[in-house]
Amino acid sequence: MSAVNVGMGSATAEKPKVNRTRALRLYTLMAVAAMGIALFMELFFAGTDVQQGDVQRLFYIHMGSFFSAFFAFTGGVLGGVAYLRTRDPKWDTFALACIEVGLVLAFVNVATGSIWARPIWNTWWTWDPRLTSAAVMLLTYAAYLMLRKGIDNPDTRRRFASIYGILAFSTVLFTLLVTRIRPDTIHPVVIGSGPSVNQEGGFAVTQGIGVTLGVSMVVWIAFLMPVLIWWRIRLESVLERVDQLKAAMER
Amino acid sequence: MRRTLWAALSICLKDLRAEARSRELLGMMLLFALLSVLIFSFALELNAVARREAVSGVWWVTIVFASVLGLNRTMALEREQGNIDALLLAPIPRAAILIGKFLSAYLYALLVGLILLPVMTVIYNLPLVSLWVVVMLLVGAWGICMTGSLLAAMTVQARGGESLLPVALLPVALPILISVVQATTGIFEGSPRGDWSSWLPVLMAINVVYTAVCLAVFRFVVEE
Repeated sequence: MSAVNVGMGSATAEKPKVNRTRALRLYTLMAVAAMGIALFMELFFAGTDVQQGDVQRLFYIHMGSFFSAFFAFTGGVLGGVAYLRTRDPKWDTFALACIEVGLVLAFVNVATGSIWARPIWNTWWTWDPRLTSAAVMLLTYAAYLMLRKGIDNPDTRRRFASIYGILAFSTVLFTLLVTRIRPDTIHPVVIGSGPSVNQEGGFAVTQGIGVTLGVSMVVWIAFLMPVLIWWRIRLESVLERVDQLKAAMER
Repeated sequence: MRRTLWAALSICLKDLRAEARSRELLGMMLLFALLSVLIFSFALELNAVARREAVSGVWWVTIVFASVLGLNRTMALEREQGNIDALLLAPIPRAAILIGKFLSAYLYALLVGLILLPVMTVIYNLPLVSLWVVVMLLVGAWGICMTGSLLAAMTVQARGGESLLPVALLPVALPILISVVQATTGIFEGSPRGDWSSWLPVLMAINVVYTAVCLAVFRFVVEE
């Protein structure tokens, strides 16, 4: 949200812009390093699961991507609410960046789950309640992008996108809670005691796995997701700037 | 509160009166619904067992698509005739407009669902009419029409709005649709009540959340 004023041109605006670029670069480097550390821990530090073998290591990415997607979508709701209250376009840009990044992260979540399920469940995909609701979540946010494309007036687009972003969050909550209302899911609940009696492919959390899980969650939520969102916001500002320049050229 | 409901009721009655005179909306929805049920019965080439499992899905999908058709039309009419401006000028709470449009859409959806039940009983040769099925219709159609009315008010202002409504509505309605189809299948199959009655509180919860959110954000949809 910080980069919306990029390129306003005045000398006073230049200085913080440069500082912000530096901060973003530093943050990105930190995120890359943190991803490296997490990857190293996932591959070499955490023990190999006795039953599932190396494929269990996908779990760290699976969890990390889901919860970072969750927080990104939460950011989409907050951005939407803030836009409706303040009518400042920067909040809509923030919400859009959050939701696009969240969509990618949620896709990583589904893809890793699918790759894991192939050896463990012996199928890429099954219409299990939790898998279905995750797919619904992806579709809803894809529809969000479609809705944005369909509205020409920028103010109306921002307003409607904010509303839809708030409404779409219900599918995220549904995905989180579906294992509670549908205990017949085969999706394992690893953290805490799930109600599921049918779950296939759960495993015990040893100390090595627990620590590695904690580290990768922090890396995904605190580094990877915010960095991606920040870059996306900058991209949007640059696009707006290009549009302004084009309009100025035509005049 | 009372004023809001009264205003909403008058908007709904206005819709019904216009419908009683023109008979374009409901006729189109019903014809579409009948065609859809027929096409499904060809497309699925159902045998007796598969029919029992698929019929609730067919019923609900038909209701949802017929509702999308109706919602698109009724919102487009409000805009074409400029009536939406009159409604916005009227000294009534904005929520009343949503509730009014929702009420008429809800009634149409219920009517389509209720008319389809005996028709499908005949076509698919299954005993479908029962009290609990009607309860499921009441609960399921609620959330679909509520989110549908809100989203239709939005998509009608968009380019290609008629095709945008299903794209925007179906994912949001899917939690309701999945729950209600599972429950209705349980009823149609004659399972014991314990097997499907746990869906009712789930549906109620989704409905309450959707209704609250829709009422809260509707004033942002119609503010210009």
